[in-house]
Amino acid sequence: MAATIAEKIFSMKCGRTVRAGDVVMAPVDAAMIHDITGPLAVRVFGEMGGKRVYDPDRIIMLFDHQVPADSIPAAENHVFMRRFAEEQGIRNYDLLEGVCHQVVMEKGRAAPGEIIVGTDSHTCTYGAAGAFATGIGSTDMGFVLKFGALYFRVPESILLEIDGAFGRRVGPKDLILSLVGDIGADGATYTALEFTGGAMHDMDMAGRMTCANMAIEMGAKAGIVRPDETTRDYVAARRGVEPLDLAGDADADYRERRHYDVTDLSPQVAVPHNVDNVVDVADVAGTKVDQVFIGSCTNGRYEDLAEAAGVLGTADRFADGVRVIVIPASRTEYLKALRAGLVERFVEAGALVEAPCCGPCMGGAFGLLAPGEVSLSTSNRNFRGRQGSTQASVYLASPATAAASALYGEITDPREV
Amino acid sequence: MRVWKFGDDIDTDAIIPGRFLTIYDPAELAKHAFEGTRNEFARDVREGDVVVGGTNFGCGSSREHAPLALLGAGVRVVVAKSFARIFYRNAVNTGLLPLVCPETDAIRDGDTVSVDLAGGFIEANGQRLPVEPVPGFLKEIVEAGGLVAYAKNLDKVEICNIE
Repeated sequence: MAATIAEKIFSMKCGRTVRAGDVVMAPVDAAMIHDITGPLAVRVFGEMGGKRVYDPDRIIMLFDHQVPADSIPAAENHVFMRRFAEEQGIRNYDLLEGVCHQVVMEKGRAAPGEIIVGTDSHTCTYGAAGAFATGIGSTDMGFVLKFGALYFRVPESILLEIDGAFGRRVGPKDLILSLVGDIGADGATYTALEFTGGAMHDMDMAGRMTCANMAIEMGAKAGIVRPDETTRDYVAARRGVEPLDLAGDADADYRERRHYDVTDLSPQVAVPHNVDNVVDVADVAGTKVDQVFIGSCTNGRYEDLAEAAGVLGTADRFADGVRVIVIPASRTEYLKALRAGLVERFVEAGALVEAPCCGPCMGGAFGLLAPGEVSLSTSNRNFRGRQGSTQASVYLASPATAAASALYGEITDPREV
Repeated sequence: MRVWKFGDDIDTDAIIPGRFLTIYDPAELAKHAFEGTRNEFARDVREGDVVVGGTNFGCGSSREHAPLALLGAGVRVVVAKSFARIFYRNAVNTGLLPLVCPETDAIRDGDTVSVDLAGGFIEANGQRLPVEPVPGFLKEIVEAGGLVAYAKNLDKVEICNIE
């Protein structure tokens, strides 16, 4: 029977055919908790009478939102979580490895066909590895820690066929912003997005993670990139086993099939205060910026930093009066950037390069905006108050557009640099 | 029950900003609910008030602090044309009742409303506006008063049962 990737994953896990709309208590292959939503999940686990977690090897713990601890309550959360990890024998990456979604991917904790949950809405990032991955709340996570399973409504799927080839300095972030703009902030609510097409399969894993990461910005439950050789190489190198082959069937019952071509796509910008408020960079070029943030689970990988450094080129300095904050998404990505000389270039040009963490996108730790200030950010949300004052403005764009804007102190088309 | 009316795409950063996420106590969270976007909410909200939104209520972050902040403020019911998925589930799990009502345009800020769950409607301005019930598998959780109460007496779950 023809099926979507989401239907196939739930059917495999349950050993019988399940269809979109079915509600199943499905087993969870991996569960990720971090420093902000993790403590509440651990407390709920206790309130539910939990004593031992269902399988410590399937639980991933790390701290990334408030690291190193920015307040005494944050430090207390870290201590609380460390203690739980020790008691339960859970592998805790603590604050050493970086942003949760990057770490789960690079440590090989996500693979095609798996069901993964995390107490973070951007857990959908692991769809880049072909997993069915979705964000859940802390109470659902308490349940998962205890039982190793959760009620899921198997979602309908939307097939996104992405073809063509990106122009110079246009890339995955521009694609996903254009999709959010087109589909809308709730246009994919409850569905699984299934990404395929030539442009998707030409993309490296970094670009696929950027796209899968923002599935939630359309309300989607998951954003799965159809696995291919690139996925297999990435996962096999980390797992040491050949991952599962998985594709949606041509005649599967998709709620909708949408086709896009990236060939003529311009750099895209999401303007305040909604992620689906997306325009061509030309429409907002010249807008003065006070802060530029290059990093996050969306765009903090080596490839993103290299793209930004490419735009910086041989320029001496970023524009006067612009605070440029660069945060690699993980220790691994930081080392790659360091060894390639990118960190040196950013620092020479006047950027602050911070240790891996969520940074300003957390809206509480550091890098906050004052009323009236404007930020251009490579992260995934521009909600009012997301990066500090509710009277500040956040624009979202690609690393290339961010670097170009940092060079001129105003939103700038990277193709014109 | 006084109505606090909001628009479309009310995100969880608006309900409770990121800088308060080290707080887990609902009463403390409630002091910062809608801080910066609607400051009078935390000051004037009363036990039993109802939050009413448009489409995509609760979009964004998975932070359960959002339903907890509303519960701490005494809100027991949120009514919207549609909800973001994670917020909807978090609300059910924590004992905040999310009701889908396609006609929230007919409800104004400051209105007094009553909710008739058995009848499946909200009464506002003399009109009965139909609300959609919480779907089957979540209904038991609502009836238990949240997922903790539901799961407390469970020793194991049956994997892959289909409802």
